[in-house]
Amino acid sequence: MTSSDRRRLVAFIAPALLVVLAVAVFPWAFTLWMSLFDWKIGSASIFVGLENYVALAHDARFLWSVVRTLLFTALAVVVPLVLGTAAALVFHQRFPLRGLLRSLFTLPMMATPVAIALVWTMMFHPQQGVLNYLLSLAGIGPSEWVYSPALAIPCLVMVDVWQWTPLVMLIVLGGLASLPIDPFEAAYLDGATRWQTLRHVTLPMLFPFVLVAAMIRMIDALKTFDTIYVITQGGPGTASETINLYLYLQAFSFYQVGKSSAVVVVFFALVIGLSLLLFWLRRRADYA
Amino acid sequence: MIERPRTRTQRWLDRALLALGVVLFVSPAISVFLWMLSLAFKNEVDNLAYPPVFVPSPPTLANFAAVFRENNFLLYFWNSVVVSGVSTLAAVLVGVPAGYAIARLRARGLLLVVLVARMTPAISFLIPLFTLFQALGITGTLTPVVITHLVITVPIVVYVVSGYFETLPEELEEAALVDGCTQWQRFTLIAVPLARPGITVAAILAFIFSWNNFIFGAVLAGRTTRTLPVAVYNVLTFEQVSWGPLAAAALLVTLPVLVLTVMVQKEIVGGLTAGGVKGG
Repeated sequence: MTSSDRRRLVAFIAPALLVVLAVAVFPWAFTLWMSLFDWKIGSASIFVGLENYVALAHDARFLWSVVRTLLFTALAVVVPLVLGTAAALVFHQRFPLRGLLRSLFTLPMMATPVAIALVWTMMFHPQQGVLNYLLSLAGIGPSEWVYSPALAIPCLVMVDVWQWTPLVMLIVLGGLASLPIDPFEAAYLDGATRWQTLRHVTLPMLFPFVLVAAMIRMIDALKTFDTIYVITQGGPGTASETINLYLYLQAFSFYQVGKSSAVVVVFFALVIGLSLLLFWLRRRADYA
Repeated sequence: MIERPRTRTQRWLDRALLALGVVLFVSPAISVFLWMLSLAFKNEVDNLAYPPVFVPSPPTLANFAAVFRENNFLLYFWNSVVVSGVSTLAAVLVGVPAGYAIARLRARGLLLVVLVARMTPAISFLIPLFTLFQALGITGTLTPVVITHLVITVPIVVYVVSGYFETLPEELEEAALVDGCTQWQRFTLIAVPLARPGITVAAILAFIFSWNNFIFGAVLAGRTTRTLPVAVYNVLTFEQVSWGPLAAAALLVTLPVLVLTVMVQKEIVGGLTAGGVKGG
C-alpha cells in the first residue's frame, strides 16, 4: 500500500471520528471540567476545584451505592459465567431442533429490557404475582421479592442472570467450536473419563473465552440501569440504589450537574480500574 | 467430538441427561415470554385471579385495544422507527467506510475508542449533551434523541464491519486496482458488495440496540417525541396499573425485535460474539 493510499483511507475514517468526537469525546471532556464546578441547572456555576469529590467521599448514600453496585456486579458476573458455560456445553452437543432451541434461549438478551422488566415486576408482585404461586406449589411460603430490602438486589440479579446468561453461552460456544481436536484425542487414548476430560482439558482451554465473557459481563453489570429503574427505582428506600440510579437522581431529578459529573468520573474510574484488573488476570493466565 | 463406545443403556442415559439440560436452560428463558403472552391476551378478571389462570380462555384483544385507545401508540411507534432508522442509517454511512479503513490500515488500536465508548455509562453522555441541547434550544424534538442514539449505533457498526472486512481477502481488491480503479471505486464497487452480509448484521444489531434503548429517550424526549420503551414505561406510572394493557404494550414493543432475532439468528450470533456488543 502506497502512502497516498494510506492518506485516502484515513479520510474514510474522518466522518466516523467526527461523530465519535461530538457524541463521546466532547461529553467526556465536558464532564471532567464540570465536575470541578458547583452548578445546578438554572443557577450560576462556581468553580470549586475538587470539592465535589471531597463531598462524595463523605456522602454515605453515595458510598452505599458503590457497595451495592459491587455486590450486584459480583453476583451478576459469577452466576451467568457458571450457568452460561454449562449451557454452552449442552448446546455444543448435537440434538434435534438445536438451532431453534438455541435461538429461543437467546431471546432474553435481545428483548427490550423495559418490556421484560415490566413482566418481571408483575411476576414479583407479592399478592397476585405468579412467582409466589409457584413457591406455594413447592410448599414454600410467599416471599416479598423486590418489596423486601434484603431481597431487592438478589431479585434484580436474578433478572440480570436470566437476561444475560445467553451472551456468556454464545461466547463460550464460539470458543468450544474453535478448540483443536488433538488434546481430546490424546486424553481419550490416555484413558481419561469424560469427567476428567471436561475438568482437565475442556475447561482449561475454555478459560480465555470465559474471561472475555467475564469482561463484557462486568462492564454491562456495572452499567445496569433499565431493569433496576423499572422494577424498583432503587427501592425499597435505597435498598437497590446502585451508582447508576443515584447518578440519574442527582442529574435528572435534582439537576446537580457539577456533583453528578463528579459521580460519573468516579464511576468511570471504577469501570476502567476493574477492566484493567481483568486484563491483567488474563495476561497472567496466558503466561501461566 | 470423539465418539466413545457406549452401551445401549449408557446411550439412553446420555440422551436423557442432555434432554434434561436443554429443558432446564430453555424453559426459564421462554416461560417469561409465555407469561407475557398470557397476561396480554387474558381479561382483567383472569389477570387478577388467584390461583393464576395460565391459558387465556377465550383470548381477548381488549388489552391491545385499550393500549391504542388510551395512548398515542402509533405516534410512539413511528418515533421509534424514525429514531432507530435514522441513527442506524447514519451509522452505516459513516461507520462502513471507517470500518473498512481500520481493517485495511490494520489500525485496530482505533477500536479502543469504540471499546471505551462501550464502557462509558449512558448517563455520562447524557449530562453534557442534555446541557448542550438545552443551550441550543432543540430539546423536545426528535433530533437530540437521534443524535444520542449514534452513541449506540456507530460503535456497533464500526466494530462488526471492520471485523468482517478483515476476513475478506485483499487480493480481489488488488486486481481492481490494477484495472485502474480509484480507492473510492475499489471500496464501493468491490469491497462493499462483498461485505454486504457483514453490513446487514451490523445494521440489524445497531437497529435492535437502538430500538431497545430506554434512557436516552427517557431523559430527552417530550410528550410527543417519546420512543416506544419510554411510552410503555409511562403506561406503568401514569395510569391505574392494570396488568393486561401493560403486558400488551410490553409485547408490542419487543415483538419486532424477537421476530427479527429468530429470523436472522445465525447471522446475529456471529456478529454478537465477534464484538460482544451491546448498546447503552
